[in-house]
Amino acid sequence: MAPVKVFGPAMSTNVARVLVCLEEVGAEYEVVDVDFDAGEHKRPEHLARNPFGQTPAFQDGQLMLFESRAISRHVLRKYKTEEVNLLREGNLQESALVDVWLDVEAHQYNPAISPIIYQHYLIPMRGGTPDQKLISKSMEKMKKLLDVYEARLSKFKYLAGDFVSLADLSHFPYTYYFMATPYVSAFDSYPSVKAWWESLMSRPAVQKVISQLPKQ
Amino acid sequence: MAPVKVFGPAMSTNVARILVCLEEVGAEYEVVNIDMQAKEHKSPEHLARNPFGQIPAFQDGDIVLFESRAIAKYVLRKFSKSAGVDLLREGDLKEAAMVDVWTEVEAHTYNPALSPVVYECLIYPAMRGVPTNQKVVEESLEKLKKVLDVYEARLSKHDYLAGDFLSFADLNHFPYTHYFMGTPHASLFDAYPHVKAWWERLAARPSVKKISANMPLKF
Repeated sequence: MAPVKVFGPAMSTNVARVLVCLEEVGAEYEVVDVDFDAGEHKRPEHLARNPFGQTPAFQDGQLMLFESRAISRHVLRKYKTEEVNLLREGNLQESALVDVWLDVEAHQYNPAISPIIYQHYLIPMRGGTPDQKLISKSMEKMKKLLDVYEARLSKFKYLAGDFVSLADLSHFPYTYYFMATPYVSAFDSYPSVKAWWESLMSRPAVQKVISQLPKQ
Repeated sequence: MAPVKVFGPAMSTNVARILVCLEEVGAEYEVVNIDMQAKEHKSPEHLARNPFGQIPAFQDGDIVLFESRAIAKYVLRKFSKSAGVDLLREGDLKEAAMVDVWTEVEAHTYNPALSPVVYECLIYPAMRGVPTNQKVVEESLEKLKKVLDVYEARLSKHDYLAGDFLSFADLNHFPYTHYFMGTPHASLFDAYPHVKAWWERLAARPSVKKISANMPLKF
């Protein structure tokens, strides 16, 4: 079977989301860079993969996909085994809880954390100064969310229950970059969240993806 | 079997997202209003259902859920077989992936472009007594046109978003698009004939008509 292809920059958070799933299931894959600076994402070849001109895009044989959480679901569904069952689609209650916490990541956690990543990393790369007011506002939102996460993770080992799932893994990319900002100490007030994060970081799949990230 | 419960105002877009799926599978349900004006969504009773203090929440026996798309998928997974519908296509890798792709597109691309127009033209004036911010509306309409360009190309190849079958991906577009059609900018869709025809097919579905009846366009 030919390796699947993931199109996008290797350091991209949304590409990393897909890669960690591929590593978890042990699938063979290839990362094909898309050069944003050269406008490659807006050219016909890439638009044929992702009509919105974004990354990642994904190819598995004849199947072309985009949207990192949809790609991740496909990978976990296709390569699922007894041991690696990160969607729990055979179980009504478990799969619902995976979906709940994946949606929390997408609709609450991500909108709170990504402005911090954007301001801290991307703005300086373009010669600008991070907007501290925006960062503070985002940190306030993060803390309110982390209150809820702390309550949840003091009851269960992982977000969907006592089993790791896509809901947990989906938090990895942005949180990883957050942990290298000065705001990392915010997590110290949330011991269960911190323990959960450390257990995610210790996963071989996560370590593998980290080792492949370009040096910042 | 006791009816499932959906907590939140019936006219709320995210409540409607679930209700249309319940109608499609013919499940028995009850809508339990949550009084947002009275801050009921922040009460301990509701926080026990949704720790983020939002609506909707959902209960099926011992199972309590939140996040409207997660709830809707639970409903479809539980009741689809007996109803003879297949809106998630989880039995087919390729079809399921396409449903997921276009469900994500609704959440991350379509909705962020379209919903500010709904909020500025309908919701904020009615609920907060503030005037429409035309700048936000104009910026959103520009974004929405670019999104609809892609939808037009897609829907000129297939009757529905995930392929030639109706799916959860299409139904997800109903609630906010319904309200968009009550704004002064509804005619934007006229420039996208395949998108317009797709919308009209959705709007004609008995499930959509039934839920739309509880979503008045005049607030």
